[in-house]
Order: sequence, then structure tokens, then C-alpha cells
Amino acid sequence: MTIAEDPATTSPGYKWVGTRMIRPDGFEKVTGRARFGADIKLNGMLYGHVLRSPHAHAKIVSIDTSEAEKMAGVRAVITGADFPDPSGPAGDQDLQRNVIAREKALYEGHVIAAVAAQTRAQAKAAAEAIKVVYEVLPHVMTVDEAMAPGAPLLHPKLMTKGVDPAPTEPSNVASRAVYQGGDLDLGFAESDVVVEGTFTTKPVHQGYIEPHAAVADTTPNGRTTLWCSSQGHFTMRSLSAKVLGWEPSKLKVIPAEIGGGFGGKTTIYLEPLAVRLSQKAGRPVKLVMSRDEVFRATGPASGTKIVGKLGFKNDGTMVAGELWMAYEAGAFAGSPAGAGSMTALAPYTVPNFLIEGFDVVVNKPKVAAYRAPGAPMSSFAVESLIDEAAKKLGMDPIDIRLKNAVTEGCQATYGPKFPRIGFVETLEAIKNHPNYKIPLGPNQGRGVASGFWFNAGLNSSATVHVNEDGNVIVVTGSPDIGGSRASMALMAAEEFGIDAARIQPVVGDTESVGYNDQTGGSRTTLATGAAVIEACRKVIADLRGRAAKQWDVSLDKVEWVDGQAQHVEGTQPPLSLADLAKGWNRTGGPLTASAALNARGVGSAFSTQVVDLEVDPDTGHVTVLRYLTAQDAGRAIHPSYVEGQLQGGVVQGLGWALNEEYIFDRNGKMENPGFLDYRIPVASDLPMIDTIVVEVPNPGHPYGVRGVGEVGIVPPLAAVANAVDDAVSRRIHDLPLSPVRILDAIINKDS
Amino acid sequence: MAHVHFSAGLRSGFTGGVAVLEVEATTVGGLIKALDARFPGIGEKLSSGTSVAIDGEIIPDAEFESLSATAEVHFLETIGGG
Amino acid sequence: MSRIQVSCTVNGDPVDFLCDADGSLLNTLRDELGLTGIKEGCGTGDCGACSILMDDQLHCACLIFAPEATGTTITTVEGLADGDHLTPLQECFLEGAALQCGICTPGFLVAATALLKHNPNPTETEIRYALAGNLCRCTGYDKIVRAVREAAAQMREASA
Repeated sequence: MTIAEDPATTSPGYKWVGTRMIRPDGFEKVTGRARFGADIKLNGMLYGHVLRSPHAHAKIVSIDTSEAEKMAGVRAVITGADFPDPSGPAGDQDLQRNVIAREKALYEGHVIAAVAAQTRAQAKAAAEAIKVVYEVLPHVMTVDEAMAPGAPLLHPKLMTKGVDPAPTEPSNVASRAVYQGGDLDLGFAESDVVVEGTFTTKPVHQGYIEPHAAVADTTPNGRTTLWCSSQGHFTMRSLSAKVLGWEPSKLKVIPAEIGGGFGGKTTIYLEPLAVRLSQKAGRPVKLVMSRDEVFRATGPASGTKIVGKLGFKNDGTMVAGELWMAYEAGAFAGSPAGAGSMTALAPYTVPNFLIEGFDVVVNKPKVAAYRAPGAPMSSFAVESLIDEAAKKLGMDPIDIRLKNAVTEGCQATYGPKFPRIGFVETLEAIKNHPNYKIPLGPNQGRGVASGFWFNAGLNSSATVHVNEDGNVIVVTGSPDIGGSRASMALMAAEEFGIDAARIQPVVGDTESVGYNDQTGGSRTTLATGAAVIEACRKVIADLRGRAAKQWDVSLDKVEWVDGQAQHVEGTQPPLSLADLAKGWNRTGGPLTASAALNARGVGSAFSTQVVDLEVDPDTGHVTVLRYLTAQDAGRAIHPSYVEGQLQGGVVQGLGWALNEEYIFDRNGKMENPGFLDYRIPVASDLPMIDTIVVEVPNPGHPYGVRGVGEVGIVPPLAAVANAVDDAVSRRIHDLPLSPVRILDAIINKDS
Repeated sequence: MAHVHFSAGLRSGFTGGVAVLEVEATTVGGLIKALDARFPGIGEKLSSGTSVAIDGEIIPDAEFESLSATAEVHFLETIGGG
Repeated sequence: MSRIQVSCTVNGDPVDFLCDADGSLLNTLRDELGLTGIKEGCGTGDCGACSILMDDQLHCACLIFAPEATGTTITTVEGLADGDHLTPLQECFLEGAALQCGICTPGFLVAATALLKHNPNPTETEIRYALAGNLCRCTGYDKIVRAVREAAAQMREASA
């Protein structure tokens, strides 16, 4: 079902949408009451510990758990043999192999076995007593190493998809995506200015402060209650079921509060291990990752190598674009090379282009989603090159983007025409802002970049109940990462015409509400919101019917206004929600309705950002002076939490640009798996992050919503590189722009 | 008549370079069947991991979507978010 | 190894608990005393999610051996509010939307409480440096800093 009525071109006269209510779950969060995954404690609970591969690539010759099983307090030990053989489509098999290794360990940190015992210390001691015999194999850690002829192979049967003719030999290249339009040679021949470069980015981690945690309570026949913090408990259910070899219905998943995800908690790691341990032990089992494990063995974002070339006319028109891109997938296929290929040139009209994206496996943890997966890397290359062209042409960086910006009706480089979008509005918002004219001092620079992300729709369900007191409960299945419960309350309040404080938004478990896809992909306010709106409208239609019954009039005599049923001719006193609830016995029973949909009318998001920074020429250290981001949110349901998404994405992008990277030693082991040496931005690194929430309403949503969570992380990488170039006249193509790298560029200017 | 546009990957992998095609079909499922008859093997590719853009709106799981007489159709790789 | 008995004051209450000699105060507060408002983000003192006040000083509970708590006065996030009266910091965090996922919030509230006890009128820079030991990945710190600044102003006005 879809909601397509009421395209949000009506001007806001909203009473609740667009206001900044206190989030309903806020009191629990500021008093320490909110229960996150690791806070769950059950009677008789055991603690789990995971044994992980110390090798980046090794055959598992044998695993001997006999000693571990006899140790004090140990109740269960599991290995890959405790799970069904991997089966199903390739992606499912990869998931099953990633959760626990079978024939090979494919990265340092890959799960080999797990133990459940009375105490953490006992579980750890027993895990360390498991004897594993490995045959260490050579490893590959970069796309260059993995793609070199004769490179050691991670998967002996991996044949590259998407090349023509199809290969006859396996390799470490899982697939190739290609997008092409026009005539590339002609385009470059027509160009007055050509800019090119080879760019590299390193793997980075989403950096959520809460490590993964799960508590499983499994009966001997497999019926399980699973508490976990995740970006989607229905997704946890279905993915865990795949690994366990069960029907999903055997699992009831209760969402704990989640301490950050950003895409990294849209897949499973501990959950099937906790379930199988619990089943074997006959007791609940809690598994919590250490920070070290989070870094080594969850799903960072791909490192990349990108060779880019753009051609422009003297007036700034982009006429040609060529990108060769290789994305690290980690140990199993599935990098976002395809998405990166689709988004790279998406903000621009460019008639001649060729974009290739290769998905390459390496002996690193399997990558997972991280806010607009794939887009930040390819945009880093494109937005840097656009800046170089602007410099060569003597054009303002915003003007060159305005010259080529896509608008409604333009053909995207990834295929279809754009519907109504707000890209130009973000460019103009930056250009017209006073920040853009602030004069800069020595060693200071200004950098601009833009970005695009599709946003998602997907499946959501919601149930709405009216209580006897006329207050409303709204149940959805979308974990609340960033204030979505507040947004649901505001939209429901707007629909019912009652105070948002009378709406109680609840995140239900997998048995209490219909199926919901993940909280991620910038979809929740749009899709779950759409389900909530539809359920509210069903209830309101029911309420009108109850009033019609009570007044003995036809339905068309009843309208719903400001939280009351009103007779259109005013011949009856209005009936409030509480009034109608009081009478529900006599008018048809309790007041409740559900809605479920595969959301339509998704609106894409654009962001343009400008950073002012200062480079210390003696140390290469960068100080961020000012940051301004303009992003099209369609309609901000709760402006504070929309601003929060914009700011959070920017700061993650700043960390990615300036400092964050996975560092591996020659043995393929991560050297910085902690927050000390994997240094994410802290408060003293940053200024205020100024936001402009542009609203070009999305005609596909009743309130004009566009997803806001992801696109903000796309521009900062190039914005920073462009600003550094502006500050010290050094164009650096490799991230992160750490002090060492910048100082090296300053000193060695000719290399 | 659906106006179907093929991405570069589909052009080189299945349609032998054909970039645009007009196809009689009233649903996406019907369209995929018709295309598979003309370019054997494309049906499987288009049925999994592929979203459809119909007149600019990107729709995953589009098998039963109806197509107007002038629908412009693109097939896109399904993207994951984070 | 036999366990050690520790007596101290936590959130205004006298408590007794048993702990391993090498047990962390973080695990003890969470597991023995059920104070799960304190969070473990890293276990190595880098993220501040386990911030507590011990004898009015700000500490990471993960860096303190549980027996060291003997005879001390400890405040965790659960001890900030007075019954159902939130502190100005807690109110300002809510009003200012200074939390998104909320996992770092307990640590920030404790750290900001410590700051304002020692410096009731901090500049933005002083706030940022005082909170530099608390990691947040969701907010980019902007709204957190504004909330602390606002709470400080309210507290100064209230005591004026």
C-alpha cells in the first residue's frame, strides 16, 4: 500500500511537524535508565568469550576443544561444526562463514570458536585453552596486492562477475560495475581543461561508542528470546536464522536501545553465537564485544583506489568523466563499489562518461555499511578534481558546480531522470551565507564539496492504539538511533490533531508489531513515518465512523478536526478521543489499526558543505575553523534531530578526512584497534557545526520528508582536501590528511 | 509500450550493445519475461539484486508494478544503506 | 583468588560489595550494584563512557581497580538527579537535543557536572577541552557544548 495523497506542496501550517519536542525516551537516557544491549541481565546468565584468528589468512587444520570443555565454570563450547554447512546464495554463505570460520580464517579476528561460562574470566581462560592448528597462508591487504597477477586467492572459486568475456580463472575480484554514456574520447577531445589524479582512501570504522552486545535465552528445541542492540531486530532475526539453519519464527528478538550504528549494526556478528551457546548450555548467554574486537572483527568501510579524470570547457561545463575504482570488500565479496559508481557523478550533468567499480576481496574484516556506503570515496575523487578544474579555470567552486548541477528532469549518470530535488538550493544556500565571505588569513583555506545519496524506502509496519484516556500509543519496529520516536510522535500528533505529549511511541519486538526493515539507509522517518501516518488515518476513519454511529448520521457529516470528531453542520457537540474511547464497547470495540507498506515516493538527498581550516606549516596539523553544511531534508519533522544528523555526518567525515585509518602490520594484524590510536574527533578538535536545513519537499511523502541520515558524510572528505590545497597549495590525493601526510607534502613539494 | 534503458553493464553483458528498447508490457514482471525472451539470461539478472526506476521513481521489488503506456524504465543495482 | 570486601558511598548510599582484587570498578558498579547507567565503550580509558565522580574528581571507572573505591564517595549518572528533579544539565541536554543514541550521555553528564563544579562560567573552549575525554560519535559535539553552556548560565543565575 502506498501513501500518495496530500503531496506536501501544502504550505506548512503544521502544529506539530517542525517543532522541537523533548524526545519521549529522553528521560531514560539522561538518568541512566535506558537499557542498551550490554545492560541486559537475566537469572542464571552465562558469559561468553570468542576465540579469534590471530592470522590474516590461514587454513584451519584442526580445533581441539576438549580441554576447554573440562575447565571450571564452562557450560558450552562451539565451533563452526555446531552450525549447518553454509548453503544458499553466495551472499548467505559468506554471512555464515563470516559469523564463524569453517575451512579458513580469512582475516585477523575472524571467529574460530566461542565459550560460555559462569564468569567472563572463566570463559576467556577456556577460550584460550582451545587448541587450533593453523596452516598460515600468504595474505593480501590492498587492492593492488589482491589484483596483482599470481596473487594468493581468498576464495578458490571466485570468478569476476560483470566482465566480458567472462574470466576462466578465479581471482580476488568479485565483480565489476560499469556505467557509461556518450563518447568518452570525444568528450576529452572537446575538453579545454582536463584534470586527473589517483586517489586512495583507507578503511575506517563507523566508530559507534557502544560495542556489539547480545543476550540469548534459548530452550533446547530452539525457541529463543534474543536481546540485542541493532539497527533492525527483524533483520537480526532473519540473518541469525540463516546462520542457525532455522525458521526465523523460532527467534523472538527484543530491541535494546542502540548506542550508535551508522550502518555497522545492520548485520550480525555475535547473535548466532550467543544463541547456539545458550542452546547447548541450557542457560541464557551474554556476549559483548571488547573495543578491540569491534575494530578487528566487525565491518569497517572499504579502503579504495580511484583513478579519475574529468574534462571541462572553458566556461566550466563538464563534458567528460572517467573513473576506475577498486574498493576493498574485506574477506568476502560485497563492497559498495556499485553504489560508489552510481553516486560519483550523480550530482552533475556530464554527457560523456565511463565509470568502473571493482569489488575486491582482501584479508581484512568484511566491510559493512557506513553512512552512504561507497559514496564518500568516489566523491572524494570527483569533488577534488572539480576543485582542481575550478582553480585552473579561475572559477568559484560553487559556480562551477552550479554550472553542471542536476535539476528535476535531468538524466542521472546512473540512469533515470531526477524527480524534484534540492541540489541547486544547497549550493545557493552556501554561496549566499555570510560564512562564504569571511576573509581568510595566512595558511588558512576554504574548501567546498557536494554529495548525493539515494535514500531508501523499504518495508515498515506500525500499529496505533487509542487508550481509554484518549491518549495514543504508536508501535513501530524501527530501533531509535537518533530521535525517531520523537518524529513518529510529531507525525502522529499532526494526524490526530492532539498534543504530541499524548502520543507514546514504542519500539516493539518482533512479536509485537509487523515486519520492519532496518533503521538505516535514511529511511525511517520516511517509511516508518508513512506506515504510522497510514495507521493513524485508518484509526481516524474509524473514529469518524464511531461518531457517526453515536450521532446517527452518515459518515460524510463527520469531520476530524483538532483531535475531535465534529459534525459538519455543528449540530452536535464534538467528541474527543477520550469520549469516543469511552464509548467503544457500544460502537464496535477497541480503537486500533495497523498499516504495513513497502514505502514508495523516496526522495533523494543532496548536501553542499564548506570548511574553513588552518594548516600549521611546521607540524602539518589542521585546525577546523568553521564548518557550514546545507542539506535538503525535504521537510524537517523534528528540526533539532535533523540538524543532529547533519552535524554527526559532517564530523564523521572530518575524522575520515583528517585522521582515521586502519593501520596493519606486515602480518595483516591491525595495529590501532582502540580509540587512543584510532583517533576520532573529540570536542576540542572542532568548532560549532553550522547547519542550513534546506526544505524542497519530496512530493512522494505526505509531509515532504527526505531521508537525512547519510548524505552528510559524503562531502567532507573532498571539502577538507580542497581547503588544505587552498591553504598551502598542496593537492593531496591520499586520505587521511594526517599531519604527517600534510607536512610531507609541504616539505616535498616537488614529489 | 515501456521504453527500457539498459545500463552499460546490461548492454555488454546481455543486450549486445542495445541501449534503448521499446517493449510491450503492462507490468514489470511481464517486461522482464519479454526481455528474457529476447536476451536469454537477462531475466535472472533483473530478478534479483535489481531495482527498477519507473519514470524516475526507484522501486525495489517491482515485479507486480504496472507500467503506463509511456513508462520510462531503468534497471538499477539495488543499493544498501547504512 | 579470594574476593575483597569494599565499603564506600555510591550516589549517597553506603554500600558494601565483594570484588576481585583485579576487578575493574566499572564492572563492579555495573554487575554487582546494578548501576548500568555507566557504560563500557572501550575499557581502556579512551572514551569516557564510564565517567564517574570519585571524591569529586572525574575518573574513568574502567581504569580503577574496584578495591581502590574503599572509603570513597562515588557519583554515577544515576546519582545526579534528585528524585524526579533533573539537574539543569540533564534538562538542557533534553531541551537542546544534545543526545542522539544516548550511549555517551551518562559520561558527558558526569564530566560536565565535574566541569561546572570547578568552573561555573566556562568559555566554549574550556567546555570543549574539559569534555575532550568523552567521545561522541553521533552529535559532532555542537549541541552538547551548547547544552553545557546553557546549563552553566542557568545555574549561575539560580545561585545569583
